[in-house]
Amino acid sequence: MGADVLIGRPSDHALNEQLLSTTWRPFTRGWKILFAVCGALTLLLCSLITLTVLRGIGLWGNNIPNAWAFGIINFVWWIGIGHAGTFISAILLVLEQNWRTSINRFTEGMTLFAVMQAGLFPLLHLGRPWFAYWLFPYPSVMGTWPQVRSALPWDAAAVSTYFLVSLMFWYLGLVPDLAGLRDRSPTRRRRIIYGIFALGWRGSVQQWRHHKVAYMLLAGIATPLVLSVHSIVSLDFAITGLPGWHSTIFPPFFVAGAIFSGFALVLTLIIPARRWFKLENVITLRHFDLMAKMVLIMSWIATYSYIAEIFLAWYSGDKFEIYQQIMFRPFGFYAWTFWTMIFCNCIATQLLWSGRMRRNLKVLWVLSLLINLGMWLERFEIIVVSLSHDFLPSSWHAYMPTWVDIGLLAGTLGFFGLLFLLFLRFIPFVPIAEMKQMRCELARKEAA
Amino acid sequence: MKDKIVLAAELGSGDELKRCIEILRGLGLTRFDAFTPYEVEGLQELLCVRRSRLPWLVLAAALAGGGGAYLLEWWINVVSYPLDIGGRPLHSAPAFLPIMFEMAVLFGSLAALISALVLGGLPSLWHPMFEVEGFRSVTDDGFWLAVGADDAALDRATATAALEAAGARRVVWLGAPS
Repeated sequence: MGADVLIGRPSDHALNEQLLSTTWRPFTRGWKILFAVCGALTLLLCSLITLTVLRGIGLWGNNIPNAWAFGIINFVWWIGIGHAGTFISAILLVLEQNWRTSINRFTEGMTLFAVMQAGLFPLLHLGRPWFAYWLFPYPSVMGTWPQVRSALPWDAAAVSTYFLVSLMFWYLGLVPDLAGLRDRSPTRRRRIIYGIFALGWRGSVQQWRHHKVAYMLLAGIATPLVLSVHSIVSLDFAITGLPGWHSTIFPPFFVAGAIFSGFALVLTLIIPARRWFKLENVITLRHFDLMAKMVLIMSWIATYSYIAEIFLAWYSGDKFEIYQQIMFRPFGFYAWTFWTMIFCNCIATQLLWSGRMRRNLKVLWVLSLLINLGMWLERFEIIVVSLSHDFLPSSWHAYMPTWVDIGLLAGTLGFFGLLFLLFLRFIPFVPIAEMKQMRCELARKEAA
Repeated sequence: MKDKIVLAAELGSGDELKRCIEILRGLGLTRFDAFTPYEVEGLQELLCVRRSRLPWLVLAAALAGGGGAYLLEWWINVVSYPLDIGGRPLHSAPAFLPIMFEMAVLFGSLAALISALVLGGLPSLWHPMFEVEGFRSVTDDGFWLAVGADDAALDRATATAALEAAGARRVVWLGAPS
């Protein structure tokens, strides 16, 4: 079964040349155009952040009762996307799935950059981002401390830990390949820079021994971590009393949704990258088939959760819950977002039952965009739709985003793209040492 | 092997490397080190490397991180800055767990990364092997074997002949001829 995770059995040297060469091939025009677009959006992001800090978050569409809106939707969406990266790199490593090998660094990169975007929103949402350090315990002259029984400091701890652990995991896996670049890069300047980051790696028995153990341990540690992060994010909602939020299904529901949207973004990014860098032999149709199956599973967990939410609302007998889940979401002011979400997350994904569709990259790519949209709308559903119609009809109020909200979302998309394009150019995004080892193991299995 | 290296040889695969170590061991040599592009199965056992003690360091750091976080949370909430919120208990274990868990993960991971590097002798941007001609292939497709200077049983002619017979791509002698 594992045979076609690598097409052909290229020699170590051939793999080395192919996979390292992504860092020194000439820049293509497509890359430059994309880089310019992402750069422009990043500038937009910087300007809007400046504007928001100068003028305050009154520039956003948030207003009571919609105290949380685009900022938190974008935060949850971005951080959820990161989860597929950790899922692929850590959980599949622990489960000894060799199809993770060629895509794990790619998805970890996606995780890191997505968490960076996510972190921006709660910071700005504070209104006074220069006081963000108040979230962390430090001996303040005022004698005050964070209130650790609130979900928000949990969130600060979870998200910052998630970022740091992802970064460490990524870097540890990267060290042998940075050494590969140190030894192979065409220019002296590159060899020096990569050499510094490779820290003097020479692949000795001692180094591999500790590296292997640490890598497995980090994967083992990251496994519960990835499940905890979105669970904690969901507690921001679940421990409140708001109809549509106050539900015990939230942690698993959020984690599944996170992995769902993350896999979708992996597909969105990897399909073009594989083609541009001609990696058809290391990222094969089997990878897409397996990822599509994961998407289908996660889609069903999401579908189940939507049904369970409605059932639990009815079963609770709470009239606010019933109104929110059964009347307002499917038939109220925002009904179109609900039905678009259902179409994207539950109906369109059913195409993936067909093996032909799972291996059709055009279908997968379009589907991945739909899921990204659907999962964004799911968070809109949870956050805005719940807040806008809470208990008293007199306090109901519809929410509309402002141009600043939309600009910030577009800006983070651009900034994410910018970081990702740089990553594709300057870092070997298919793990080379791991690929060589996998090839060696595959060859041994075939010989046996 | 902390001291000087006198002999380095490049082999074409992990299996050849392991075979060469056994051949040289047959000649009475004992001071080996090996450098490979990826982890070679069975090499550690062959070189009698003990199990890594890194997991214990990680466990200790994770316990310290988690325990420290819980203590800090308790001290903040109960001793230093108690806030009465709807009469709920100040020492509220379930609410302290998320941060405790995250800090255990964070400190455990930091310990894993730092100890993997430090126990592996990193960072050290220079190493005697980097002076060996052609050692660059160690991250490509070269499997390198090194023999330490203090290996009394080392005989230049026999060792070279044995390595070449075993298919070494390159045999390099370093320092003064013995």
